Amino acid sequence: MKGSPRLRALILIAPLLFFLGLFFVWPLITVITQSVSDPAVSRVLPRTADLIGDWDGEGAPSAEIQAAFRADIVGATDDQAVGDVTRRLNSSKSGFRSLMGKTVTAVRENPDVDLAEVDKRWADPAFWKAIQDNASPYTDSFLLAAVDMERDSAGSVVAMKEGTSANFTILMRTLWTSALVMLCCLVIGLPYAMIAASVTGWKRAVLLGAVLLPLWTSLLVRTAAWMIILQDNGIINQVLTGLGITSGPLALIYNRFGVVLAMTHVLLPFMVLPIYSVLITVPGNLMSAAASLGAHPIRAFLRVLLPLSLRGVISGALLVFMTSIGYYITPALLGGAGDQMISSVIAEYATRSANWSMAAAIGLILLVLTLALYAVYNRLSRDPIQAR
Amino acid sequence: MSENFIRFQKVTKDYGTVRVVEDLDLDIARGEFVSLLGPSGSGKTTLLMMLAGFETVSAGAIVLDGQKINDLPTYKRDMGVVFQNYALFPHMSIAKNVAFPLDMRGTARAETAERVQKALDMVQLGHLADRLPGQLSGGQQQRVALARALVFEPRVVLMDEPLGALDKQLREQMQLDIRDLHHRLGLTIIFVTHDQDEALTMSDRIAVFNHGQIQQCASPREVYDHPANRFVAEFIGETNLLEGTVSAISGETLTLTLPGGASFQSHGLPGFSTGDKGLLSLRPERIDIYPQGEAPAGVNTLAGEVTDTVYQGDHLRVVIETAAGRIIARINRKVSEWENGAKVSLGFRAQDGWVIAP
Repeated sequence: MKGSPRLRALILIAPLLFFLGLFFVWPLITVITQSVSDPAVSRVLPRTADLIGDWDGEGAPSAEIQAAFRADIVGATDDQAVGDVTRRLNSSKSGFRSLMGKTVTAVRENPDVDLAEVDKRWADPAFWKAIQDNASPYTDSFLLAAVDMERDSAGSVVAMKEGTSANFTILMRTLWTSALVMLCCLVIGLPYAMIAASVTGWKRAVLLGAVLLPLWTSLLVRTAAWMIILQDNGIINQVLTGLGITSGPLALIYNRFGVVLAMTHVLLPFMVLPIYSVLITVPGNLMSAAASLGAHPIRAFLRVLLPLSLRGVISGALLVFMTSIGYYITPALLGGAGDQMISSVIAEYATRSANWSMAAAIGLILLVLTLALYAVYNRLSRDPIQAR
Repeated sequence: MSENFIRFQKVTKDYGTVRVVEDLDLDIARGEFVSLLGPSGSGKTTLLMMLAGFETVSAGAIVLDGQKINDLPTYKRDMGVVFQNYALFPHMSIAKNVAFPLDMRGTARAETAERVQKALDMVQLGHLADRLPGQLSGGQQQRVALARALVFEPRVVLMDEPLGALDKQLREQMQLDIRDLHHRLGLTIIFVTHDQDEALTMSDRIAVFNHGQIQQCASPREVYDHPANRFVAEFIGETNLLEGTVSAISGETLTLTLPGGASFQSHGLPGFSTGDKGLLSLRPERIDIYPQGEAPAGVNTLAGEVTDTVYQGDHLRVVIETAAGRIIARINRKVSEWENGAKVSLGFRAQDGWVIAP
């Protein structure tokens, strides 16, 4: 067969590359673009947007810029788009609404009219400054809003007024809930993995099967199962009240407890499996060796087995954390109003208020967070021998 | 020097219904190098594991220096163990590995450092103290394991096929190194191996295991020259076995008559009576080959024909078909060379044979 092996290999993986490009890379680029793009002004006033970047902000802009502006207004036939621009400019500099209305009418009558004569506000650089600020097709306002920040009129980044937006609070809540889930998984998963790695035969098969079972079940089914178990007249509450341990049902669901419990259950395999896979590579007689060298079993555990399982612990912890910050269904079904995580905010923007830019911006924040954690994971899980 | 430093008394080990060690008695003196030699599954490693405390004793007693240690946990037994897979702690540097037993004993920092350095110098690895075990070769790792097992001056050093994973040259070098350490430090070493050359090279005594029992425990020379039974004769070295009947006994010399009528004078185990069945074990290198009819007087002779010769470098392996069956001889090439089809006489002296029970 002719052709270089490299080319053949490329052809072989072409479908995969195509798939990745179409369904992963391209949407990712779209989301990133969406989160920083703000084409409202630049689309309606393209000529102005091109030229006004060179304006120094002192005095009225040159005749050339003013001519471009007039030409843009003449060219802008879509009144709704002009309305968008007016709204956007007005939010940067109040007074723009009446100014634009007046100007559009005047310019459409006479394309060569002197703007300062139409309205003397055009002699005020502040209004031109508003156009200049909004002329760029790119903006950081969505990204800032995603973490409850904004630019004030002077252009510096400040926190939004309290009560305006809860994105940051929800982001922090997401991180905190994820940390809690990670901790729970660690507390249960580390001993579990150690036991699973130390037994053999059917015992190991049963232990691993039990931890893998949740992975083979639909997330929705598992969450629904928890709803049945935890609800006020669910199994647990019925048993507790039936035995007279509690007088009424405990609040097990629609709160943080239910969310953390169900997420721990679902994510436990991601903690157990990495630790287990590290532990089974540890030669079985290291603990014997430690004992023969005079180490009490507890000291042998602390000095030998625990440090050796640390790589798995770090992998597992980050895996659980990274997965849980993106959780959506479980908090939505098992949590109360105060337990919603950042994914539900994204869904809210995307599906309910159709604010794609905000949804993309928050998504991007989440992506950056995950990538940062991944970098940490990569660094910590590297083989110490290769790392040297 | 206490004669019975370690005593196994009627030690038995059962795994479920399988008995891997049965009613085993063995005494080991302080400073002795004893090899436990046997095929895999013969119980030698299990015995070592029981001595180390990794396995429980099903019945019987293990006594160390007058103290019964059946229920003493491993970490209190004060025995250095060297494993086949080295069992170094992969996350600790070489120096930390060797310092581990001293840390466990609360040895002062300065003394630890000094003893670690000494132990590493002893195995010629002082310059690698800061490396991790994964960066060392197999032979180096095993020397580290040796240093780690010796640094705390244990009462006994146990070695479980420590050289099994090394290649031949390295293994032979390590055999000499360990033997040298044994002599220099006066260590009591119990060494498990399935390699008979290793056992013959290093040991003061060899305990030959089969089916959970010791078949013979004696010096290498004794085990090789005077095997106690057929298993030992066949397991150690190569041998020709000729079955016959003891027809006369005179002092330590027996006369064994073969079914074909030939009879040989040979030394043998005590306790034979006239008329007993006996098995003559004849080591290939103890047989001389002469042109037919030219064997000297006073030796046992057997006529035959050379059917195969195998060149093996330092010696020639000659297969001879005789009336008593096929005999394998090993001859020094300096003495004679033989071609296939040559008619020969085999000769051996009474002290070169050894009669055992069939």
